[in-house]
Amino acid sequence: MDGFLLTTTEEFLNWNRKSSIWYLLFASACCGIELMQTGGPRTDLDRFGAVPRATPRQADLMIVAGTITYKMAERVRLLYEQMAEPRYVISMGSCANCGGLFQSSYSVLKGVDKVIPVDLYIPGCPPRPEALADAVVKLQAKMMKEKYLRTVRA
Amino acid sequence: MWYLANYLEKNYAVSINGQESAWLIYLIVAIASALVMLGFASLFAGLASFVERRIAGRIMARVGPNRVGPQGLFQFVADGLKLIMKEDLIPNGADRFLFKIAPYFVFAGMLGTFVVLPFGANIVAANMDVGIFYIISITALVVVGIILGGWASNSKWSMFGGLRSAAQIVSYEIPLALSILVVVLLSGSLSTQGIISAQGGLPWDWFIFHSPFAFIAFFIYFVSALAEGNRTPFDLPEAESELVAGYCTEYSGFRFVVFFFAEWANLWIMSAIAVICFLGGWRVPFISVEESTSSWGIILLGLAIFMVKTLALVVVVIQLRWTLPRLRLDQMMNLCWKYLVPGSFVCILGTMTWMVLIDWNSMIGLVLRVVVFAGAFMLLAYYIYRIRFNYMIDRDNYKKMTGKDMWYPPYRLP
Repeated sequence: MDGFLLTTTEEFLNWNRKSSIWYLLFASACCGIELMQTGGPRTDLDRFGAVPRATPRQADLMIVAGTITYKMAERVRLLYEQMAEPRYVISMGSCANCGGLFQSSYSVLKGVDKVIPVDLYIPGCPPRPEALADAVVKLQAKMMKEKYLRTVRA
Repeated sequence: MWYLANYLEKNYAVSINGQESAWLIYLIVAIASALVMLGFASLFAGLASFVERRIAGRIMARVGPNRVGPQGLFQFVADGLKLIMKEDLIPNGADRFLFKIAPYFVFAGMLGTFVVLPFGANIVAANMDVGIFYIISITALVVVGIILGGWASNSKWSMFGGLRSAAQIVSYEIPLALSILVVVLLSGSLSTQGIISAQGGLPWDWFIFHSPFAFIAFFIYFVSALAEGNRTPFDLPEAESELVAGYCTEYSGFRFVVFFFAEWANLWIMSAIAVICFLGGWRVPFISVEESTSSWGIILLGLAIFMVKTLALVVVVIQLRWTLPRLRLDQMMNLCWKYLVPGSFVCILGTMTWMVLIDWNSMIGLVLRVVVFAGAFMLLAYYIYRIRFNYMIDRDNYKKMTGKDMWYPPYRLP
């Protein structure tokens, strides 16, 4: 009985969280254009309750869209640390996944997962808006599986 | 609510241990009405946020939230509960006490106005003699909260947002109060119920159509109220493209909910004051003030009339937000000090002269009021015609592009 109550509450809380994923307005390269498109008429992220917030304090999701240089990596880390728990990261496009086209450059970070934990990777250069919308749906599925009340956080 | 308390006292006052219990009844009624107002404000704020997002979606050719509940109606529940579950951050270097206390000021300033806002003929928490003056004074608490929040966050974006908001709200309070003064002149009363009682049920008995000056005063009030509520085109305090999120940049979780709750609830407050002062409030046509409290049917009819007028204004405000671009800071200040303040003075003088020259009840007064009403009605008809015109163009383009009929029939709410 105890477990039933806990799981039902957990499911309700997770449903609330997945229904309102606010993402950070943050883009560093051409993937940002696709990110803007995803908020537009064709793949309307607002349908899932996902709206952009300009400040990391109120954002749940950080979409790393584009190439991250070593200089930018510090800022990415800072922005991630400024976000309030629980927070999620989607790595969007080849550059954020592994450095992509610019992998052999002297100044480019070889994958954003070197500096922050990543929940989902989207392949593509750049990924289409449909792919990002799909990633948000996948993230919702991941949120629903979490044991929110039974997780110990920092 | 006071009527209710008086009624209860007369009929159900019992003495407990030999002591009079009237104060207990008053206390219970006061607490109950405070809870009712809080419930109404939060429900309205939530639903307004949903409706606004749907209207924004419609204007941007999107859909808007439609996954949570029927047509996405429970989006605000999900948003609110999620924000409550988020971590509550206080930035390092922030003034912790002021940072924590700022949302309370904003909240108190917003909810305090509901004390005198009437909903129907005797549905009002307290019918104060200085009602409208009280509203103007208590909304000043909001600016205190915003400055505190902006200052205490120890962030330059918050600071700029707070200071901009202070400049804006303090400036626009002057034309706002002056345009309400026109109404006070006409009704001879500061009480919200008194102002409504001085008007009539029919459109040409409303204060907005009293004279061309009162008509202009309504628009001055409306523009100033937009600026007071930080709504676009005056949303400089939280301009996303310039100041990350303005004064609430560093707020997360529940404190942020309080800020936004106040902003949405303020939509109702500004529209309700416009309806009270200029658009006849809860007056029902062909029914005098004395008769309007005679039966529950008439009271509920008045309530419905008040709600419809207020919600129509709310929709106009939302539509303005998603239509107009943001003003620059100097343009905003010019608009206030060069046009609205002198304009409201002219309105006061003009209304005074009009009152001396033309009697409200005389035939000539009635004819002039009907003429002003006819002019305003034509403006309204043109506004509706333009909306329909744009809709028809969109529909035809969609048909030409896809060969199908547009998927949104006009009667379905956005």
